[in-house]
Amino acid sequence: MAIITYREALNQALREEMGRDDRVFLMGEEVGVYNGAYKVSKGLLDEFGEMRVVDTPITELGFAGVGVGAAMVGLRPVIEFMTWNFALLAIDQVVNAAAKMLYMSGGQYPMPMVFRGPNGAALQLSAQHSQAFESWLAHIPGLKVVTPGTPYDAKGLLKAAIRDDNPVIVLEGEMLYNTKGEVPETEYLVPIGKADLKREGGDCSIITNGKMVLVAMNAADQLAKDGIRVDVVDLRTVRPMDVEAIVTSVRKTNRAVVLEEGWEIAGIGAQVVDYIQRECFDHLDAPVLRVHQEDVPMPYAKGLEKRAKPDLQKTIAAVRKVMYLD
Amino acid sequence: MASKKRPDPRALPGDPVLRRALFHSMLLQRRFEEKVGEAYALGKIGGFCHLYIGQEAVSTGVLSMLRPDDYVITTYRDHGQALARGMTPRGIMAELFGRIDGCSRGKGGSMHLFDRNLNFLGGHGIVGGHVPVAAGVGFAIKYRGGDQVIVCFMGESVVNTGAFHEALNMAALWKLPCLFVIENNKYGMGTAVERAAAIKDLDRRADAYQGMHGEHVDGQDVFAVREATERALEICRKESRPALLEIRTYRFMGHSMSDAVSGTYRTKAELDEQLKRDPVWMMKARMLEAGDLSEADVQEMEREIKTICQDAWDFADASPEPPAEALYEDVLVDTVS
Repeated sequence: MAIITYREALNQALREEMGRDDRVFLMGEEVGVYNGAYKVSKGLLDEFGEMRVVDTPITELGFAGVGVGAAMVGLRPVIEFMTWNFALLAIDQVVNAAAKMLYMSGGQYPMPMVFRGPNGAALQLSAQHSQAFESWLAHIPGLKVVTPGTPYDAKGLLKAAIRDDNPVIVLEGEMLYNTKGEVPETEYLVPIGKADLKREGGDCSIITNGKMVLVAMNAADQLAKDGIRVDVVDLRTVRPMDVEAIVTSVRKTNRAVVLEEGWEIAGIGAQVVDYIQRECFDHLDAPVLRVHQEDVPMPYAKGLEKRAKPDLQKTIAAVRKVMYLD
Repeated sequence: MASKKRPDPRALPGDPVLRRALFHSMLLQRRFEEKVGEAYALGKIGGFCHLYIGQEAVSTGVLSMLRPDDYVITTYRDHGQALARGMTPRGIMAELFGRIDGCSRGKGGSMHLFDRNLNFLGGHGIVGGHVPVAAGVGFAIKYRGGDQVIVCFMGESVVNTGAFHEALNMAALWKLPCLFVIENNKYGMGTAVERAAAIKDLDRRADAYQGMHGEHVDGQDVFAVREATERALEICRKESRPALLEIRTYRFMGHSMSDAVSGTYRTKAELDEQLKRDPVWMMKARMLEAGDLSEADVQEMEREIKTICQDAWDFADASPEPPAEALYEDVLVDTVS
């Protein structure tokens, strides 16, 4: 298998799917001439031309709506948001149009489209550019929401998202684009709705998604040095959520920490904990703990930002606490 | 550019068969909407319900110029356009009644009438939100190299939204075959247009976008609407460019069913003045004068339409409620590709 970056993996997914199906096109700010704000679409304009790799004005609400209209009449748009922070301007198209068209038309208008872009915090970008929106989007019936944490999952999930006949949200990580991992040279898809047991332990389950997968894997390495072996359950998709994978792991380990990038209130972790209390009530040896961003907008100052974010130390502390080691 | 010339009533455009069809379309909308009002009062129809009475020449005028393979998208005030596009009174009424035989299987209601077979891309409930969607349909037409047009109806309050500007800018920039139709019925709910828009002639919004045709026209005169639509469609279809029509009309009923017809934000005197220019009765008068119709012909048409509307009601009333399992259907589709 080749070792490539998360960015290259996404690029390969786009190239392969655009080559496979001429109804697929990419639209967004700076996707063409500039080769993508984060270079995910590098080379695609040259290969596919300006009708299929479309630079837009800065107009999120507008071009998200263009994607919705194109999907209604049979194209398969991939709409890139430069970041999901900017997608808030387009949320009407995502929530009121894409997610509801099939239902309110009584099944007449499927919406085969993808909304994708980087989600969550990078480094010192402060409040308006550092937000993780998984829970907002996962709240909406009619959407699927995937959050790849590795190059392998990024490629396989984006390809599956483009082939899906429903609106799929792909939440990438700005801090993940340069990360590397093994990606097969032969074609594959990662099924939407399936979690992945990224590490098998047995003492405790860390249930996580997206960028936090790397944090969980680091925590697993550190904890192993103290003889603590954890399951790392990477949800990969947060809607629909793979409840069976969560339940299987927690029934085995009897302890769980839920790690997410976003805020606590009504977060993804709240939903995971609800599944655990319903399905694993008699299996728990400790209350489930959550690790998440502090309940504040993201500050700029380096030290404050570090305190605000969920990280390795907080995760390790939570695991040790549910194991009654501290 | 305004269309200044009113046709001579004794020399009406088109042939008598066409004129009769136009009148029939308008009268059907009028009587259907009156029936809808009756059903709403009896509790047969729930939720929000926005009647189209007074604006019939707009839907009939514009949609009578389209081809079957063109596309139509509109707002929540969508009953008139659905009928004028050829959707069945039965399917629409059953939808309003919330029944399984409704055009959206009882899932959409008054604001969300859809018909895929007629390229009727729905009534949409968020003011302005469907305008970029129309641009997307225009984009898809161009992507495929087709010569269809998408017609996007909107109320006049839409011209102040960001979505409108974003969509028109892209449509002009990318030369998309979109006909944007502003139905200026003078009020966005209870706010008069002059209290909301910092521009008098709304079609001049087109001036902001290079190469966009703009025109306003009397929306109570179905022939004037057709002529303006023909000019605009020519530009959209032949030149693949967008156009903007402001069609000046008037809503004779309240904004929705809970809204008083007059007294709050408009006077009875104003309404009475506007009622003198009722598009349906103006059309009738002109056709009587031109000798297209006799009073007896009109009575016959009224009887026929009354039967159609009653049949729609009976059909809707007899249609079952959607079954419990329908609740979970149509949230997602199974992927086949």
